Amino acid sequence: MNQQKNIIEVQGLVKWYPVKAGVFQKVAGYIKAVDGVSFSIKRGETLGLVGESGCGKTTSARCMLRLIEPTKGRIIFNGRDIMRLNREQLRKIRPRMQVIFQDPYSSLNPRLTVKEIIGEVLAFHGIARGKELEKRVKHLLEMVGLAPHHMRRFPHEFSGGQRQRIGIARALATNPDLVVCDEPVSALDVSIQSQILNLLEDLQARLGVSYLFIAHGLNVVKHISHRVGVMYLGKIIEVTESDEIYRNPLHPYTQALISAIPIPEPKVRRRKILLEEDVPSPLNPPEGCRFWTRCRHAVNICRREEPELVECAPGHKVACHLYGR
Amino acid sequence: MEEKSLLEVKDLTVKFFTDDGVVTAVDRVSFDIKRGETLGMVGESGCGKSVTSLAIMRLLPSPPARITSGKILFEGEDLLQKSEAEMRRIRGNRISMIFQEPMTSLNPVFTVGRQISEAIMLHQKLSGKEAVERAVEMLRLVGIPNPEKRYHEYPHQMSGGMRQRVMIAMALSCNPKLLIADEPTTALDVTIQAQILDLMNRLKDRVGMSVLLITHDLGVVAETARRVVVMYAGQVVEEASCEDLFENPLHPYTAGLLKSIPRLEGEKGRLNVIEGSVPNPLNLPPGCRFNPRCPEAADICRKKSPALLEMGNGRRVRCFSRGSPPEEV
Repeated sequence: MNQQKNIIEVQGLVKWYPVKAGVFQKVAGYIKAVDGVSFSIKRGETLGLVGESGCGKTTSARCMLRLIEPTKGRIIFNGRDIMRLNREQLRKIRPRMQVIFQDPYSSLNPRLTVKEIIGEVLAFHGIARGKELEKRVKHLLEMVGLAPHHMRRFPHEFSGGQRQRIGIARALATNPDLVVCDEPVSALDVSIQSQILNLLEDLQARLGVSYLFIAHGLNVVKHISHRVGVMYLGKIIEVTESDEIYRNPLHPYTQALISAIPIPEPKVRRRKILLEEDVPSPLNPPEGCRFWTRCRHAVNICRREEPELVECAPGHKVACHLYGR
Repeated sequence: MEEKSLLEVKDLTVKFFTDDGVVTAVDRVSFDIKRGETLGMVGESGCGKSVTSLAIMRLLPSPPARITSGKILFEGEDLLQKSEAEMRRIRGNRISMIFQEPMTSLNPVFTVGRQISEAIMLHQKLSGKEAVERAVEMLRLVGIPNPEKRYHEYPHQMSGGMRQRVMIAMALSCNPKLLIADEPTTALDVTIQAQILDLMNRLKDRVGMSVLLITHDLGVVAETARRVVVMYAGQVVEEASCEDLFENPLHPYTAGLLKSIPRLEGEKGRLNVIEGSVPNPLNLPPGCRFNPRCPEAADICRKKSPALLEMGNGRRVRCFSRGSPPEEV
């Protein structure tokens, strides 16, 4: 695949939050929420990001959209470095990148009708107004499996799954190139989850949109993504094709993560790799490899030197000294 | 030989009298839990699984909730006939409960140790010093490092996994016969979930208690329960041993649920979908409650409700196409 096909390229993304303490609110340290993350997404591709709470997956995604201002890094979207854009230029590029949020209850304004919720986007970006706007809203609702007459209803009149469909329609209203899906099915029941996952796949096939899909459920991510990146304490520690990550996980953390997922087959008894303790604080991450405090294979070098993300097989990158140069 | 049941729920009906009408949240639900067994209860939001567990604990707010029929026999005694004072001696002592949110179910202004020893002093009639020792021992048992020091910490100083361990320590501190775990790992990360489930399994065998595990996660049930009850819209729709349920689900709802989970193994295809959504409890469809979403629905399913059919071997199903007779009204 050549470079032109990348819709977005993120290089060395860093987000540190200062921690202030004392009477004079002096900066006492930094929470290293995202600490040097690089990835790219091709046109029409889904990149999944998995990891446990606090690993920096949501912060990475929001920094990528510049909804949160990154501390450092380069973000090349459609060939332009969006870190250099001012507010006005950024607003022009925003319709090309949209978000679907986790909680379909709090991400829709309860006082607006569905037509207003979706129409607001179209009007703000100057895409449509009046009769044309109504036509577009109807079309979008049909696209996500709702009926045109739903337009006049308020969010509380819908179930969780239907609300998530409204959120998807709103994200697609501007015909974006890239949609960040931040845990879009985590709040939904199992039977509704599969409806939404299928819808997202259908829309991708139809519109050629790229997704950055964030979730903590590895089975969901594996199902929908072409490639998967695993994050731990602000770093991507492994990234590869989604089948490969399940068949051949290399990083000890990925192995533990996969073995920990409960599978609905009582006859299959898998050996679980139980990790000891909790994730260390991002305020004071361990020296060297960030995972060594919980790693079964940790040796001396892991405590001293941080491993780099290197390609150890075609398309399979891992940051671990076990697979050293 | 027939194993003795620790808990028998018979024909339990719970109604909520709301401004919009009467909601039957739990509709003639029956099941039992044997000694030392883990029973899984699965279903989606609003199916009545949490209401059932709160009814067992007699913790339903009344009004609006009212238990309109049924018996809850715990070691042969009907909990529904107990006075509030008698219930207080049972709760946290012979039956205890852990909840989904370890953040909100601990008191933020007391140290975790004090919260555990309070329960011990109340129920076990131990002196203050003995209760503290027992609390520290419980914290050690649930795998909290440095328990003497952690005893003096407040909930906000702990991570989610640690707090859930504290909840488990508190729940087990009086050696309960039955532990009700309502979505105990839903709020936790997968690696922490694995730790907590492993801990619960080990402790269950060690103290010989029974567990009622309520969850929406079929994977969690498959790995921990021996028998499973599936609920839909307030009714039990299927019951089976764990192996049977996952190998050969009889109810179309169970089968649909199992097929709609994205799997880690195998090739990716389109996910199976159960069309539509759970019915509004104020406006249940006529006939079988699952018929509007059921791929196998026939004429009779839209007209009559199926009864729960006993199939032997502890297997029950509520579906006309599996031979259920219509329910008498």
